[in-house]
Amino acid sequence: MTAPFSWIRPEPWGVHVVPADCWIDPSRAVDRALVTHGHADHARGGHGQTIATPETLSIMELRYNTREGAVPAQYGETVRLPGGVDATYIPAGHVLGSAQILLEHAGERVVITGDYKRRADPTCAPFEVTPCDIFITEATFGLPVFTHPPIAEEMAKLLAALTHHPDQCVLVGAYALGKAQRVIAELRAAGHTQPIYLHGAMEKMCRLYEEHGVSLGELRLVADHTKDDMRGHIVIAPPSALSGAWSRRLPAPITAMASGWMRVRGRARQRGVELPLIISDHADWNELTQTITEVNPAETWITHGREEALLRWCELNQRRARALALVGREEEDE
Amino acid sequence: MKAFSALIDTLVYTSGRNRKLALIAAYLRETPDPDRGWALAALTGELDFPGVKSSTIRNLMKDRIDPVLWTLSRDFVGDTAETASMLWPETEMANDNPASLSETVGTLASLNRSTAPKELPELLDRLDANGRFALIKLATGGMRIGVSARLAKTAFAQAFGVSVDEVEEYWHALDAPYAELFAWAANGAAPPDTQNRPHFRPFMLAHPLEEARIDLGVDLAHYAAEWKWDGIRVQIVRVTNDEGQAQTRLYSRSGDDISATFPELLDALPMDGVLDGELLVRGNNQGTNQGGEAGGAASFNALQQRLGRKTVSKKMLAEAPAFIRLYDALIVEGDDLREQSWAGRRAALEALMPRLPNTHFDLSQLVAARDFAHLADIREGARDDAIEGLMLKRRDSPYIAGRKTGLWYKWKRDPLLVDCVLMYAQRGSGKRSSFYSDYTFGCWAGDPNGDPGQDAELLPVGKAYSGFTDAELKKLDKLVRQTTLNRFGPVREVERTLVFEVAFDSVHTSKRHKSGLAMRFPRIHRIRWDKPVHEADNIESLRALISD
Repeated sequence: MTAPFSWIRPEPWGVHVVPADCWIDPSRAVDRALVTHGHADHARGGHGQTIATPETLSIMELRYNTREGAVPAQYGETVRLPGGVDATYIPAGHVLGSAQILLEHAGERVVITGDYKRRADPTCAPFEVTPCDIFITEATFGLPVFTHPPIAEEMAKLLAALTHHPDQCVLVGAYALGKAQRVIAELRAAGHTQPIYLHGAMEKMCRLYEEHGVSLGELRLVADHTKDDMRGHIVIAPPSALSGAWSRRLPAPITAMASGWMRVRGRARQRGVELPLIISDHADWNELTQTITEVNPAETWITHGREEALLRWCELNQRRARALALVGREEEDE
Repeated sequence: MKAFSALIDTLVYTSGRNRKLALIAAYLRETPDPDRGWALAALTGELDFPGVKSSTIRNLMKDRIDPVLWTLSRDFVGDTAETASMLWPETEMANDNPASLSETVGTLASLNRSTAPKELPELLDRLDANGRFALIKLATGGMRIGVSARLAKTAFAQAFGVSVDEVEEYWHALDAPYAELFAWAANGAAPPDTQNRPHFRPFMLAHPLEEARIDLGVDLAHYAAEWKWDGIRVQIVRVTNDEGQAQTRLYSRSGDDISATFPELLDALPMDGVLDGELLVRGNNQGTNQGGEAGGAASFNALQQRLGRKTVSKKMLAEAPAFIRLYDALIVEGDDLREQSWAGRRAALEALMPRLPNTHFDLSQLVAARDFAHLADIREGARDDAIEGLMLKRRDSPYIAGRKTGLWYKWKRDPLLVDCVLMYAQRGSGKRSSFYSDYTFGCWAGDPNGDPGQDAELLPVGKAYSGFTDAELKKLDKLVRQTTLNRFGPVREVERTLVFEVAFDSVHTSKRHKSGLAMRFPRIHRIRWDKPVHEADNIESLRALISD
């Protein structure tokens, strides 16, 4: 008989599930990978076998050309792995297809959240609290200063800027997978029916979302239109395009950025953002701590982000916790 | 308070000088007195509330949040006011009839160290997060929102269509909330009467002379050369009021009144006037060859012992007496000379010298040179510690406040250089809050190439946070993150892998540092990605450069 939980081992490049010899979100190519969602710091090509939700697999095929070895797992479906390990994919509420992975072995339960949030999001299934013994959580916004306001407030700010500057456009920097589609869907939910203009890098991912049943309304490509067409409209581009030469084709853009980092003024100023929109696909501080309380695990492992503060919170609340130093997890662009 | 905090919040996110000017000008036009005057004082950094310090805010927060969580948050955000505004527990009273800006200023001014911890929370409870940010910035001073005092004054001038030079001329004679200034600019009243007040006049400043400029038509025939002394630039002002009482004030380069720190100078000026010079103290480190007839000056380190003191002991006055080495005369006995050429003012100053006590004043001597090559030789040869370099002043230039191109140049001595090893890094503030941009570096004690048994160690010798480009900063930040050995709160200890070529103006003995050394104005001169750390300098080579 081995020690409790010795079957799950955090390594710098991913979490190793020893009896099944598979890895969760490995940052290097492995024989068998369990992938929580399609962002580049969690998903990559080159694995022998990739087990993920069908949505994540189609995102990975689009971004990393990974058709080979794709094994779909629906939400709620349990995949039996070698060595007596069961893996169940549970919605994480982060982006389309994002999943927590519940691993069960020898009567012990481990949940790996990947990235997650607790807010409602019209583009993906909501997070489900899953009881477990070890809860492996992210901590991207693991500092008490990070509290995300209701998204309706941020949409109101965005639409007000549009109304006040009818001869300009509002250029919203948003990560191409997830954030962009969520902003568009929330704009639609707020009653904004005007066409929305897209940077070319956004187009395919938006189409993929629509194929998966997320309707985004009328989208147009910036490249197909003149400056005058875009006056009084919203343009969405990846954050990297905000300050580059690309934005010169837009009519006097007001630079906005949709990110949880916009909560900090210095971060907005670094990027030259005039209209910060605090919109995040990660849990904020209150949601991280609330989730740990609700899941109520015997032990919490913290994978990436501001792990020191969350560790401190666990200590103050008499909860066992440890930080895992995983490589390759980056905070940029959230 | 609401309009003010909205202004502050918008300014934070506004880039571009013209848009900032427009925002501030609109606020100044639309806001009634005296609120707009207090806002102008806040933007120009003129407010000081001694009862509230940054530590007051930190202590308030420690009663409301775990200190570890506070430190981690403050470190990430890079701004105490902002962190506190976010972490302050919001009450139901937030935005419920908050105090006006002038009421708030009144309350802040009435606080002392014992009442502040009780009364500040009541102000904070009535504000939302933006209001709390503005209040804490206001209370602790230093807005740091990308608005300089000059920009705020320019916005004032634009708001009411007056000249900013005229605003500058009155500014230092007036106090917040500047009722007379607004009455004049906004309501067409007579200009403020500032004649009989011993107020500060903005200094004329110099541009650095880059080597390349020398060939670009700076003709030495048109310029007078003068030593640049390594003290502090001061302005001494004497005014006799209608009752016949003379008042003398001493102002620093930024216009701060430092009269109390140098009482020996306050009855030294025998006539009314405004004079510009370098404040120095006498000492053993003589600048005899260029020091003027009244004797030499000690190094900056000697002067530093006297700076920032509220009371001055007799011993100090005897050991390190201060004097002013005069550069220029702005006003002499009611005659405003500022419109005259430098040559005219210099003649007036030289004529004045015999009437001034040589115990407290001497004249900064001119340096005669045939041409630039000759001048460069003289500059190289000047190893006097009280000399920072040379000044070049256009002979026909009037005395113009600020830094106008082409009139005055400063030509500093080449800095001293030493190769140091990066040891610790800390995150910057404000715009650099996410980057590890403050670097502590050390020199070797012992021989790093010596026997393995004889351990050489690095001793920290200084800290710098400038001298590199944004692209280099990104690279340095990455290196710090990748090579972190230890974390001590916000400080990261890194592997010894990188050599900085550090430039500095001088090095002095200091009890504050383990190495016993303190550099003056250290900055990163070059990043030596190529240089192995064992080739960095030994601490003995730095000690050899000490000038005390």
